[in-house]
Amino acid sequence: MLQIRDLHVNYGAITALHGINIDVPKGSIVTLIGANGAGKSTTLRAVSGITRAQKGSIVFDGEEIVHLAPHKIVGRGLCHVPEGRMIFANLSVMENLLMGAYRRNDRKAFGGDLDYIFDIFPRLKERKAQSAGTLSGGEQQMLAIGRALMSKPRCLMLDEPSLGIAPLLVKTIFEKIVEVNKNLGITVLLVEQNANLALEISQFGYVLETGRIILSDASAKLREDPQVKECYLGG
Amino acid sequence: MIQFLQQLINGLALGSIYALIALGYTMVYGVLKFINFAHGDIYMVGAFVGLYVTPWVWKVIPPGQDPSKFNWNTTAGGLVVMLISMVVCAVLGILIERLVYRPLRNRPRLTVLITAIGVSIFLENFGQYLFGADPKSFPDILPDRTIDIGDLSIFMNQIVVFVTTIVLLVALRYIVMKTRMGTAMRALSYNTTAASLMGINNDVIIAFTFGLGSALAAAAGILNAINYPSIDPLMGILPGIKAFVAAVLGGIGNLPGAVVGGLLLGVLETMVVGYISPMYRDAIAFAALIFILLFRPNGLFGKIEKEKV
Ligand SMILES: Nc1ncnc2c1ncn2[C@@H]1O[C@H](COP(=O)(O)OP(=O)(O)OP(=O)(O)O)[C@@H](O)[C@H]1O
Ligand SMILES: [Mg+2]
Repeated sequence: MLQIRDLHVNYGAITALHGINIDVPKGSIVTLIGANGAGKSTTLRAVSGITRAQKGSIVFDGEEIVHLAPHKIVGRGLCHVPEGRMIFANLSVMENLLMGAYRRNDRKAFGGDLDYIFDIFPRLKERKAQSAGTLSGGEQQMLAIGRALMSKPRCLMLDEPSLGIAPLLVKTIFEKIVEVNKNLGITVLLVEQNANLALEISQFGYVLETGRIILSDASAKLREDPQVKECYLGG
Repeated sequence: MIQFLQQLINGLALGSIYALIALGYTMVYGVLKFINFAHGDIYMVGAFVGLYVTPWVWKVIPPGQDPSKFNWNTTAGGLVVMLISMVVCAVLGILIERLVYRPLRNRPRLTVLITAIGVSIFLENFGQYLFGADPKSFPDILPDRTIDIGDLSIFMNQIVVFVTTIVLLVALRYIVMKTRMGTAMRALSYNTTAASLMGINNDVIIAFTFGLGSALAAAAGILNAINYPSIDPLMGILPGIKAFVAAVLGGIGNLPGAVVGGLLLGVLETMVVGYISPMYRDAIAFAALIFILLFRPNGLFGKIEKEKV
């Protein structure tokens, strides 16, 4: 569904990605793990078009998207939940969700989709009229995911959904990611520092180190890999 | 007491003009984080468009003969003149954004700011070339009459200013708070990156914002010309600066703030002129600016935005 080939990204003189290749098959959950500053967020930013790639190709659903503007990429069904969640704190929870559906014309279907989101994240329903800025960190993450789901994506890219959230809530959020993948058939590319959890729910994993993919394998195998164990799974 | 009430009414009428212009500053600041210093000149263009389209409108809708009597045709004609001017200025605002500001979108803020001053100087001078530098008298596009309530006299035109301003403010509030475009505008002004990740085409929303702000400035230009029917190509400079002060007063980026700031400044100015000295008419705005920057740099209603991490 998503193929990244020889992707290079520079920030001025700093090269963040030195030609990486990633494949995300349709219907799967693929994870990208790596230390701070490895280039994980940069990869997602390049795919969603908010950071320009210097070189390389990104093919989504058989079509090249590397040169497209971000809003067009969303229109194709590829949605990015960015690092730090980036919810609109000045808008209500409901308005945030509706902004997720900005490009959709099938207004009649919104009700059903909202129901689904409120069903998996009941807390959002209770707080739908509230200003999104007053939500807790965990609730904001739920909102960020819910908002992305409102765009009816076929592929969802999540950047560190566990960041700064209590372990119990992280577990819930990861369960929902699996649920969305299973029930709605949404393909997931998951960036995580919490390698344990990420490798548990994914089928395939990539390990990124200073802008290069150093390892890639089935997630079950990566969990047994001595190098991964030592560096990312806490020994 | 009567004098005070009289001054208050005059002040609110003037303040309505400032408020309408200030909204444009604050909305553009919201989405682009820069002060569009050419905005005051849009107000001037608005008045001139009114001047030039009035004869055409009058051909289609002949105004009443006695200007002191209320007449539906005259009123309808006046409204049409205002609407045309708003549309023309909206297009002009969108054009300026497209041709001048958009190519500079990712340049340093200061570059854009200086360019805006350049656009302003261009509009003023091109206006002098096109319309002539000498003041023109604005036609009586609305029936003029004074209404006396006891010793208090209110000009019909002032009521027109109030009613029109209120209608425009209600319409603006609806657009910004209830429509999809308006919500996108607020989303974009909070976080442009997140907005584009939601599939919002930032260019479209920014153009829309310029159009909306410019239309309000044009309305202000017409409303002011109805009350002070002498217009010239430099007439936008001072009201432009004062409306900018009003926007800062209310907290730049804050829509209700711009309205309150505008009304406050209008009243303040009339009171100073009425009770102290007309000499301070323009100084008061700058005094207010210095005051607010010293004691409440975020404006009366501005708050320091904090983002949760
Ligand atoms: N806007 C930027 N300007 C300059 N350098 C940047 C910018 N964004 C990221 N970088 C650099 O690019 C490299 C990769 O950053 P990136 O954010 O992709 O890392 P990451 O793997 O997501 O890290 P983390 O786990 O901390 O989120 C880092 O060295 C970082 O300093
Ligand atoms: Mg990151």
